Amino acid sequence: MIIEVKNLKKTYEGAVPTYALKKINFGVEKGEFIALMGRSGSGKSTLLHQLGLLDTPTAGEVIMNGINLMSLTEKQKSKFRLEKLGYVFQSYALLPELTALESVYLPLMLSNVSKKIYIKKATEMLKKVGLAERLHHLPKEMSGGEQQRVAIARALVNNPMILFADEPTANLDTESSKVILKLFRELNKEIGQTIIMVTHEPDDKKYVDRVIWLKDGAIEKE
Amino acid sequence: MDFFENFFSAWKILSASKLRSFLTMLGIIIGVMSVIIVMSVGAGAQSLILNQLKSMGSDLVAVMPGASEDDGPPPSMMGIVMTSLKYEDGEEILKQAGDHVSELAMYVNGNDIVTYGANKTSTNFVGTTASYIEVENTTVKTGRFFTEDEERSSAKVVVLGSEVVDNLFGDQDPVGRRIKIKKVSFTIIGTMKERGISGFQNQDDQVFVPLKTAQKLLLGIDHISLIRAKLVSPDNVDKSLERIKEILRDKHDLDRGDKNDFTARSMSQGLDVISSITDALKFFLVAISAIALVVGGFGIMNIMLANVQERTREIGLRKALGAKTKDISNQFLIESVVITFVGGIIGIIIGILISVLVAKIAQGLGYKWDLVITFSSILLGCGVSIGIGLIFGIIPARRASKLNPIEALRYE
Repeated sequence: MIIEVKNLKKTYEGAVPTYALKKINFGVEKGEFIALMGRSGSGKSTLLHQLGLLDTPTAGEVIMNGINLMSLTEKQKSKFRLEKLGYVFQSYALLPELTALESVYLPLMLSNVSKKIYIKKATEMLKKVGLAERLHHLPKEMSGGEQQRVAIARALVNNPMILFADEPTANLDTESSKVILKLFRELNKEIGQTIIMVTHEPDDKKYVDRVIWLKDGAIEKE
Repeated sequence: MDFFENFFSAWKILSASKLRSFLTMLGIIIGVMSVIIVMSVGAGAQSLILNQLKSMGSDLVAVMPGASEDDGPPPSMMGIVMTSLKYEDGEEILKQAGDHVSELAMYVNGNDIVTYGANKTSTNFVGTTASYIEVENTTVKTGRFFTEDEERSSAKVVVLGSEVVDNLFGDQDPVGRRIKIKKVSFTIIGTMKERGISGFQNQDDQVFVPLKTAQKLLLGIDHISLIRAKLVSPDNVDKSLERIKEILRDKHDLDRGDKNDFTARSMSQGLDVISSITDALKFFLVAISAIALVVGGFGIMNIMLANVQERTREIGLRKALGAKTKDISNQFLIESVVITFVGGIIGIIIGILISVLVAKIAQGLGYKWDLVITFSSILLGCGVSIGIGLIFGIIPARRASKLNPIEALRYE
């Protein structure tokens, strides 16, 4: 198993504590494409953030490829995010000043890869997501779907162990959404990319291997 | 991420919002610019004054009324009227120190309107002795200077500086005509050669009358404001100075413990005093420019803090992508250093241009102005601007790097 989640809890402290996640347990196999579904406030995004090391759980364990993520220091977490994880967010989350190519090679640059190699890798990755013609375009010169594909290329350029996608199609029209989801499916099939995606579109389940339904911070059904 | 990549990306981000970056830089530009200008203009003005004083000769000794510290300015230089120096003092020096002093001139000054018919001009009148021409090492252009006899008899004769001639007579020859100063009518006997500006005084915008005439008819005083003595040998300045002091103490009946009621200085001592005054002025001006720089620094900190706020999402994104805390703080630090450094360079360039302009204008006006731009002032400008970028960039950079990735990403 590539991810093992044990008794994961997330509580937001306050006058009335909010129990966002209550004792979550599940596992993910290598090469699986999993969708986290549920209504707004069900805790699906919160769960994704805990798995993706973007947030710190209140209790429980996440073991990824044999490493207990809870035991990592801040610095190790940064390194782990950089080397092992990729993210695609709801709004495209591209830096407005960077062209498609620059956006994609940013993670490589952060991992001290030489310039020649990172440009080559980033170019290949953009070709793979079908943006060979858009290398030097700024985000504002691209459509929403194209921007999201840049974000996917950026997420994958470091060959992450796991790709996290947080409602990647929420801001896209039906056509663009289809392109993105098909791209995910292809990546999953071709290179065996493990993907965990949060979505609220019930239709999306036809693209994935398995759906985990959440309700009020707990797994309702798998 | 190495320094150049950081630098390049900072440059890119800054040039994406040009106006904001420029406004942020403005404080630094103005600060560095004024440091350069003040240092250059200050040094230029200082060299101008000192050169002019030097050109008056190292064999001159000046005696002014009133006591002063050894290295401080005499009271008359600060506008205080002292009456302790008299015509007889000059005569006494000439009589007793003949082996030290070759020529000696005495001076009183005033300022009034000079009229010729309907033409008027406001000018300085100098009451002086006939020896003025020799002591000041100058000559007349037309006519003649007044004689010792005219001086002794308080003759109503006047010699005009070249600018006064231009103002009152234009192209006409003034010699032989009459002008009025304070309702007293004077006969013009000569005009002076052009001499330009020396010290703080335009030498051409003056008229010269016999000392006693000025004392009695124009000023109503019996003291003099300056004695200038030309020494026989410039090598014995200190000895000659001591002799002159001795004579005056004796003449003024000062006892052993009494302080001098006059100030006698050689030109080189005078130069030291003036340099110390101009140095203090320069330091003061540089200090004011430094304040401008610090204010600019706070401006940068303010904008960088707002910048962190505005780019919270970007910071979250970078962190989510795996940027380390150090990467983020470096990014912001380098951005503020780039802003201040570029601002510093622009400030240096503008500062140099303005300094050159000032020098050209001063030279155009006939001053012997040296263009002084020291390497140290440029280094200071660069160093201070980068230093400010670092110091005032640290707080915003630290704040940015401490953000929690998911909270930063959620920030709208």
